[in-house]
Amino acid sequence: MSKMNAILQGTLNWVDERFPLTTLWKEHLAEYYAPKNFNFWYFFGSLAMLVLVIQIVTGILLTMHFKPDASLNASGVPVAFASVEYIMRDVPWGWLIRYMHSTGASAFFLVVYLHMFRGMLYGSYRKPRELIWIFGMIIFLALMAEAFFGYLLPWGQMSFWGAQVIVNLFSAIPFIGPDLSLWLRGDYVVGDATLNRFFAFHVVAVPMVLLGLVAAHIIALHEVGSNNPDGVEIKKKKDASGIPLDGIPFHPYYTVKDIVGVIVFLMVFSVIVFFMPEFGGYFLEYNNFFPADPLVTPQHIAPVWYFTPYYSILRAVTYPLFGIDAKFWGVVAMGASTLIIALLPWLDRSPVKSIRYRGPLYKGFLTAFIISFFILGYLGMLGPTPMRTIVAQVCSVIYFAFFLLMPIYSSLDKCQPEPDRVTSK
Amino acid sequence: MSCDDKVDCGRRRLLVATAAAGGVAGVAVAVPFVASMLPSERAKAAGAPVEVDISKLAPGQMMTVEWRGKPVWIINRTKEQLESLVKVADKLADPKSDKNMQPAYAKNETRSIKPEILVAVGICTHLGCSPSEKFKTGAESGIDADWQGGFFCPCHGSTFDLAGRVYKSKPAPDNLEIPPHMYLGDARIVIGEDKKA
Repeated sequence: MSKMNAILQGTLNWVDERFPLTTLWKEHLAEYYAPKNFNFWYFFGSLAMLVLVIQIVTGILLTMHFKPDASLNASGVPVAFASVEYIMRDVPWGWLIRYMHSTGASAFFLVVYLHMFRGMLYGSYRKPRELIWIFGMIIFLALMAEAFFGYLLPWGQMSFWGAQVIVNLFSAIPFIGPDLSLWLRGDYVVGDATLNRFFAFHVVAVPMVLLGLVAAHIIALHEVGSNNPDGVEIKKKKDASGIPLDGIPFHPYYTVKDIVGVIVFLMVFSVIVFFMPEFGGYFLEYNNFFPADPLVTPQHIAPVWYFTPYYSILRAVTYPLFGIDAKFWGVVAMGASTLIIALLPWLDRSPVKSIRYRGPLYKGFLTAFIISFFILGYLGMLGPTPMRTIVAQVCSVIYFAFFLLMPIYSSLDKCQPEPDRVTSK
Repeated sequence: MSCDDKVDCGRRRLLVATAAAGGVAGVAVAVPFVASMLPSERAKAAGAPVEVDISKLAPGQMMTVEWRGKPVWIINRTKEQLESLVKVADKLADPKSDKNMQPAYAKNETRSIKPEILVAVGICTHLGCSPSEKFKTGAESGIDADWQGGFFCPCHGSTFDLAGRVYKSKPAPDNLEIPPHMYLGDARIVIGEDKKA
């Protein structure tokens, strides 16, 4: 046995002289000291990585059978649409792989939204973690692009008309807009050229960017260290050997904790994949079971649930301004609603980071923000009526007020003093 | 960058010039890469005019044909429907069709060559959905009690009258596009071409 250990140790030494394997293991796992008071909200970062792996593995398997081709086959069905049906019916276990991928898309957004909300609850975006937040926001944008490109691929009615609407958003930009959307489509209408390039973006370009950004997100996190539910810096109190007093090694403590999260997540994920993959039309929309028809827009068109809050904001803008169409300002408002989240590190002037020590003003604004976010998300799934437009307009104002008034209310707020050290028992 | 004993300024200049030339080459190679995503010659060539027989299109009926991958509506408007165009004029964003969304021969009250026959691209000028027909008038249409008939875009709620003119305070900025078209005899329309033969 000791001889076996000697051989393994020798091999490891051989590798370490050529590649910093042991150093990497220590820096990022065995000797990465994370605060000991992580709670429920800290599951979602590692779960996002898990879903990323699920999407990459199932995605590679799907590309082996999928055909990005909008031309009609002998039975008059678009080849891309027919190849998805082929995956569902004829490829061994194809239905499972596709449902894992489609459920994975919704799971990704659910997990990422909860991960972002954790950052807002505990002020994880505050100095010195601004870059982690910025990288995370770019990941979020790349994820939205990835979901959008992927949604065109099955070439159903919602795929087609969703892409038509989003590509046309760019045409609202003054002067260059119409040419820009023509360039994005590669044709005068969404067609075969669009499907092919969206496939290229979905399987090659955006995933590579995503992986690079995830690496940057984690490197930046491990440089400054994790925040925690108390929002205090554990690096301020260290023991004689320089280890934070309130820190515990990520491995084995948090790898074990995260595995519990993975098990619970996979239980919920499996229930959806096996028993309700369409999730009542929220994960797979019913109109997407019809092949794309460029002549007929479905009576009810709505984006998938994770885009609906921004879609509501887009629709809420109905007034022209400075002589430019409402269409352009709707697009600006929608873009701003996602980008403004990235500015949180500079909008928040509170003396404390965590919600635990914040005052009533911030808590009130945050509650109003969450309520309006959910209402906007709900309205985005429904057709537009004059009353709903007014509600969406009110909620959009609250959404932006949460961010734009933050420098004022966060500094006026009556906060409680932060503790010296984390407060877990 | 100051020239002193430690810096060989001749070599430094060569380095800067080489880097600049490399940068120019890098930008230049982006041109064909970006241009490769423009519509191909084949996509540009597709888009031939479409000929349509409207002899069977009864008053009050509408038909849809495909031109350049887009739906083109042909509507045979009744007398009441034509009268509604005048009634709704003050609720429209561009009642006189001043914006250039139609050929000169369709810049008139009915936005058409023959008053009753409307030919329009059925693509909402907001974000490119195809509006649905709402020819029923009044509350029955599901829009409002004053509704005079027209089109409703299911995506963002823009409404258009029976000449494809957009209502005020709606997301769509412009009236529906009237494509170039011409008549070959009484009941044949060519869409996509308007040269007088």
